[in-house]
Amino acid sequence: MTAKISFTLNGKPWTGNVHPLKRLLDTLREDAGLTGTKEGCGEGECGACTVFLDGQVVMSCMVPTCQAEGKKVTTIEGLVSDGDLHPMQDCFIQEGGAQCGICTPGMIMAAVAYANDPDSAEDMREALAGNLCRCTGYTRIYESVKKAMEKMSVSEIR
Amino acid sequence: MSRAVSDTPIRRSSDTSQFKSVGKNPPRKESREKVTGKAKYIDDLTFEGCLYGKTVRSTIPRGKIKKITFEPGVPWEEFTVVTAKDIPGKNVVALIEMDQPFLVETEIRHMAEPIALIAHPDKGLVEKALTKVRVEYEELPAIFTIDESLSGRNIQRGRDNVFKKYHIQKGDPAPVFSRPAIVVIEGEYWTGPQEQLYIEPNGVAAVATPDGVTVWGSMQCPFYVQKGLKPLFNLPDDKIRVIYCVTGGGFGGKEEYPTLPAAHAALLSWKAGGRPVKIIYDRMEDMWATTKRHPCRTRVKTAFAKDGKLLALQVDATMDGGAYLTLSSVVLSRGTLHAFGPYACDHVTIDTRAVFTNSPPYGAFRGFGAPQTIFPLELHMDRAADRLGIEPHELRLKNILHKGDTMATGQKMEDEMDIEGILKKAMTESRYLEKRKSHREHNRTASPVKKGIGLSLFFHGAGFTGSGEVFLDSRAGLEITPAGTVRILTANTEIGQGSFTTHSQIVAEALRIPYEMIEVAPPDTAVVPNSGPTVASRTCMIVGELLRRAADDLRDLLIRSSGLSNNGYGPDEFRRAASAHAEKNGVTRVYAKYKPPAGIHWDDQTYTGSAYGAYAWACYVCDLETDLTTYQVEVKDFVAVQEVGRVIHPVIAGGQIEGGVAQALGWALYENVVLKQGVMQNTQLTNYILPTTADTPPIRVFFYENPYPNGPYGAKGLGELPMDGPAPAVASAVAFSLGGKFISSIPILPENICEILK
Amino acid sequence: MRSYLAEFSVISPRSLDEALWALKQRPAPAPIAGGTDLMVLLNAGQLPPGAYLNLHSIPELRRPIEFVNGEACFGALTTYADARRHPEIRKRLPMLCLAAREIGALQIQSRGTWAGNIVNASPAADGVPALMAYDAAVELSSASGVRSVALADFYSGYKQTARRPDELVTAIRIPVPEKEAVQYYRKVGTRKFQAISKVLLAGIMVLGKDRRIKKIRLVYASVMPYTYRARAVEAVLEGRVPDGAAIKAAVAALRSELKPIDDVRSTAAYRLRVACNLLEEFLSASSPSRGEARRG
Repeated sequence: MTAKISFTLNGKPWTGNVHPLKRLLDTLREDAGLTGTKEGCGEGECGACTVFLDGQVVMSCMVPTCQAEGKKVTTIEGLVSDGDLHPMQDCFIQEGGAQCGICTPGMIMAAVAYANDPDSAEDMREALAGNLCRCTGYTRIYESVKKAMEKMSVSEIR
Repeated sequence: MSRAVSDTPIRRSSDTSQFKSVGKNPPRKESREKVTGKAKYIDDLTFEGCLYGKTVRSTIPRGKIKKITFEPGVPWEEFTVVTAKDIPGKNVVALIEMDQPFLVETEIRHMAEPIALIAHPDKGLVEKALTKVRVEYEELPAIFTIDESLSGRNIQRGRDNVFKKYHIQKGDPAPVFSRPAIVVIEGEYWTGPQEQLYIEPNGVAAVATPDGVTVWGSMQCPFYVQKGLKPLFNLPDDKIRVIYCVTGGGFGGKEEYPTLPAAHAALLSWKAGGRPVKIIYDRMEDMWATTKRHPCRTRVKTAFAKDGKLLALQVDATMDGGAYLTLSSVVLSRGTLHAFGPYACDHVTIDTRAVFTNSPPYGAFRGFGAPQTIFPLELHMDRAADRLGIEPHELRLKNILHKGDTMATGQKMEDEMDIEGILKKAMTESRYLEKRKSHREHNRTASPVKKGIGLSLFFHGAGFTGSGEVFLDSRAGLEITPAGTVRILTANTEIGQGSFTTHSQIVAEALRIPYEMIEVAPPDTAVVPNSGPTVASRTCMIVGELLRRAADDLRDLLIRSSGLSNNGYGPDEFRRAASAHAEKNGVTRVYAKYKPPAGIHWDDQTYTGSAYGAYAWACYVCDLETDLTTYQVEVKDFVAVQEVGRVIHPVIAGGQIEGGVAQALGWALYENVVLKQGVMQNTQLTNYILPTTADTPPIRVFFYENPYPNGPYGAKGLGELPMDGPAPAVASAVAFSLGGKFISSIPILPENICEILK
Repeated sequence: MRSYLAEFSVISPRSLDEALWALKQRPAPAPIAGGTDLMVLLNAGQLPPGAYLNLHSIPELRRPIEFVNGEACFGALTTYADARRHPEIRKRLPMLCLAAREIGALQIQSRGTWAGNIVNASPAADGVPALMAYDAAVELSSASGVRSVALADFYSGYKQTARRPDELVTAIRIPVPEKEAVQYYRKVGTRKFQAISKVLLAGIMVLGKDRRIKKIRLVYASVMPYTYRARAVEAVLEGRVPDGAAIKAAVAALRSELKPIDDVRSTAAYRLRVACNLLEEFLSASSPSRGEARRG
């Protein structure tokens, strides 16, 4: 049983024939060919599969593709515009926020969501608590996010 | 002693002015791919006509296979199925000993042991088919604990179930214990298993035909996989090609283990006529079936003079090795060689053993046995301090090693060292003394939240143990590209620790060219020399030094043959010379081969001599709170001070320490492997608890620099060091918060604290 | 992923009527809202194959949080994030915000629904105790009509609920408590976020002018096979001043009432002891010396 499912993927319309219960994670990776979204646990614990669904952070391993119908999906690939990295990506490079890199796309998505809406959580630790990292001890990630948030607010003022 | 202590965490102000790359923080070589999602991990690769493989595993801990039935309900005729009898060569993993089969033939020795393999183009259908394979067994009695193993009642390995034993003797402790006016303290300690929990589970892909086998995968050691697969297919080295993919964490968990799934995927491909086969473990399978840190029980007995001088030390440690030897003998060796700590003592015996149980084999995990023996000794020092009425740091200061002292192995401390300085720096940064006092006062109030602070002092030997590096005989190389840049050729994988970057810095420094002119060849056994495994904190120190020497030779070559000036040159001149050389001579590669540093001798028979060429030294302080309403512990602050030789890349080095500390805090406080019939039960991230951002304290890292003469620009190994110190510091701080009630096993869970306060 | 998708089907109805009609089929399709429970089971190969009803396609179920007659009204698809961000919920039903904040992490809160938390009937549900302490009621709709069940009467055993297979939770009504009510919510999990609770207490207490307890609700998660209202303890406390003696009596009553379980996450002994400690902490919080109830 597959169904035609359409959503906006990184700003462009996307349509595919997929099983409605197929995890959005798998649809993104297998049907849309976007492998930047990673699977670490498949049960909503590690956050490696974090994407935006209508602007909200979600674990794409927990979203049946049928529930993305008509919505806007943004993945790590969607953060780059005209070849320019998002400030968050830049800062993860500069500050050493990525080590083995497997949690990085999900971590960056959660961090961008927080930077866009700092009221969504009481602090950065809470905002990133859904994203497990085994390499960094999180310290360099905080540095990266802080730097990016400084940069982002500066560019807004301009 | 060149001493440079950072003013602020990580960002040191040491004198690295003579360096252009070393000591700087260039962006990691592979970070752009990682932050954009473009980096290709194994599961991101697609293969035309790919089959998806799954492993049928035992559901009993010990017994004989009577029958395997493929039940109806799936179209078995479409499947590729492999059992032991399909193996073209030897059904045995070539590691230290040839004792572990790739697939069980008749006797099962642990739960989750591979029995058969199935593959199909439809991923979902393979999952369903896995539930349709029924294995009938004849069960046999199994053993699950160290005591059962040593009881002599169920011998399954050799004469006594003991894989390996070591003994270290210095002086003679026995008579010391009967001296008058001494304080004898005994204790038993336990450290539990730990799952490496790299966020990317194990995964491989393979294409195998009689013409050759190619494997792609998530791994630390491509040449280990090659070595493991040769006898399996009866093929020579050049017919087994192993290609590293970007690897999402290893921590030892992808050291020896990937040989198994690599062999499985290759066997399925072989049977399927060379179709590509992918095996990607899901998290549950990865946690259920793959290696963990060896659990270890340690008994420590000490004799102290009343003033706190350590007169005699006896350590007896037993590790559970699981059902096959795999790496247990070398894990045990490292545990043995770290059991005596950074203390001077005239009378020491260390006795250790690794024993057989019907558990999945325990394996490599950051620290490699050392954390298991450092925890007991350091916690024992705290208990001793408590008994002697001496402050823990004073007891340590009275007994630390100084230059010229000898370790239990007889190794004389020849290099400059300043353990006292490290300890004092950690105390200052953590406001240790002040907090001991204020916490003690606070704990007298009615507040249900109690405070504690504790420290640990320890070392970690870098590189392979003893003569290990000589046996490895590593080679590393550099290649001149037609564009006039330089490409690094090593087998050492980038698993998050930054090896591509630090190696590039070392080569850039040696060649006096910009970091940007260095690239790194992805480890592929068909392309790179065998520079040894990516383990044992050796990649920067040992392989980095090989690269530095290769770079010297490469520069000399260009000076001799391509007109590079001997009196300095700019990047463009180098590029022109290198490019001209490549044009004239074709591909040019320069290799360097391992040479042991002078004066390093080790005797494997007596376990005496220089166990390691270099040691990193550290003192860690943990400040925490214990809530007596919930018995939960919250680490509030963590200070890590260490001497690791020259720091090549402060941000990466700091990241290694921070990550290692967090992983060790997990081991100390959260990560409880619940075993049933020898195998992990809590195989999900909902019930195997990793610390999140909210559970991980600020980790403040400080480096002491003391360049090591045999490391590249003075670097020593540091990757494993941070795994060693946190657990004892935590346990000590918890005991402080509980008014001196020591919990001598980890993890220390709220349940354990609740229990002890009954 | 361990499930074989070919064995599953999904109905995405366009209206509530269509959904209720679909639920008349036997076996009835299982509703899937935010997927934070069912998708975990699907991935683990533990979700029963068959038909599922996608609630996200039903516009009527996506209604905003409203306040009517002193009650907050949640829809079937109201998420934890919706409640957390709602200023009136924050002010008038603060335990719901505390609960929402501690459920999973932000990624879970944006998907998980209160109705799903109720229907899933996990003994470790984090949202249900707060709702139950507020005396919430569940509106169940089916093709044959609408009925309301008090949440406190919704559970009868492990995963046993008052919902018939043909019914859908269409609303949750939560009365706003008295202004002077002392509220307490504390989740003791395996870690701070992304945790399944080992013990959780949601409590409400209203004291009279004479400082006697006029009303008290004590709701525990993770200590019994379903979200548990400790009615015997409530009975011990009602009408008494929450002084030392009353607290002692209440703890003793709790000790004999609770029969916690041992499992992979914790031990019975720990659960019982912490359940008692939390009760003590809550009751002591109403005494002037302890100030406000902790937020957990």
